[in-house]
Amino acid sequence: MTTSIALERTPRVQYLLRIADTCLIHAQRLAEWCGHGPVLEEDIALTNMALDLMGQTRALLTHAGRLDGNAFDEDQLAFLRDERDFFNLTLVEQPMRRSSAHAPGGDFADTVLRNFLLASWLQLLWQQLADSSDAEVAGIAAKALKEARYHQQHAGDWVQRLGDGTEESAARLRAALGRAWPYTQEMFEHDGVDEAAAASGLGPARQALREAWQQAVAEVFAAAGLALPAATPFVSTGTLGRHSEHMGFMLAEMQVLQRTHPGGRW
Amino acid sequence: MSTEREWPLWEVFVRPKAGLDHKHCGSLHATDAAMAVQLAREVYTRRQEGTSVWVVKSSDITASDPGDKAMYFDPMEDKVYRHPTFYELPDSVNHM
Repeated sequence: MTTSIALERTPRVQYLLRIADTCLIHAQRLAEWCGHGPVLEEDIALTNMALDLMGQTRALLTHAGRLDGNAFDEDQLAFLRDERDFFNLTLVEQPMRRSSAHAPGGDFADTVLRNFLLASWLQLLWQQLADSSDAEVAGIAAKALKEARYHQQHAGDWVQRLGDGTEESAARLRAALGRAWPYTQEMFEHDGVDEAAAASGLGPARQALREAWQQAVAEVFAAAGLALPAATPFVSTGTLGRHSEHMGFMLAEMQVLQRTHPGGRW
Repeated sequence: MSTEREWPLWEVFVRPKAGLDHKHCGSLHATDAAMAVQLAREVYTRRQEGTSVWVVKSSDITASDPGDKAMYFDPMEDKVYRHPTFYELPDSVNHM
């Protein structure tokens, strides 16, 4: 029971895990704000969004577990897989709260910006997944789309407020953009998993989202006084299971209870 | 303490469902009206409490003076004839 598990690496399951794991790890990072938000109201907002993402994760992991045929449930998939068997975007593992454990970088501007970049991406993705040839995925997407829309608006408002706020807030937002931007390349990478998903009608290839994403992001950036940075040559590889140095620490914290008390419920 | 650095206070009104009135349910801090609506959604409708939200700056509300309570409200105590139930209706208007 404490042994690690992994799903079969079929393109279909792989495609779903990339989305599920991105939502899960982003939710975990957002949840680090619980009790630490700049004001009580925003603290609740951040954790509400984390819970939305957690709901999306649960539905996708459950579905991926069924497709895989090993009958692993959502908890097993979240808590018993090893680092190399997670396929989230590297972006979401990066620290985004200054005092978060093992992570010196990041502050509220990183949180706001990351949430905005990612929600804009997820919104486009869910929009297309709502027409998936997989009825279960289409159902999950239709519900998630409403949540992503709100996340995008809420985070976009904050991007505008910080960018258009004081010199200090604008400088912090620019610094956060400098840290996040290189990791956004991975959102639009393309490989066999994308190809198979596009061919079967399961969902869009990532590169198909690039143009609409840039447009949505540029619109808010213009209001925030931010310029869209040029593309960077660096491409992160979280979606291939090769992660940054932060991932192991995150998983250790996230999985320790299930690894120590297997099957524990509370 | 440093009240000038604190965000203004807003009163939140939530309509539970179409056809019902917006009801006061609490207050929150926000920098402006747009943020107040979003945060009201976060803080006061997390458990499906609402279908619509109003926010009003607390400083824009004019309230009656508690010191006026006796003069304002006590005189109504003995005016039972202002309630419809005070009147006996003829049988012919049974179903009012």
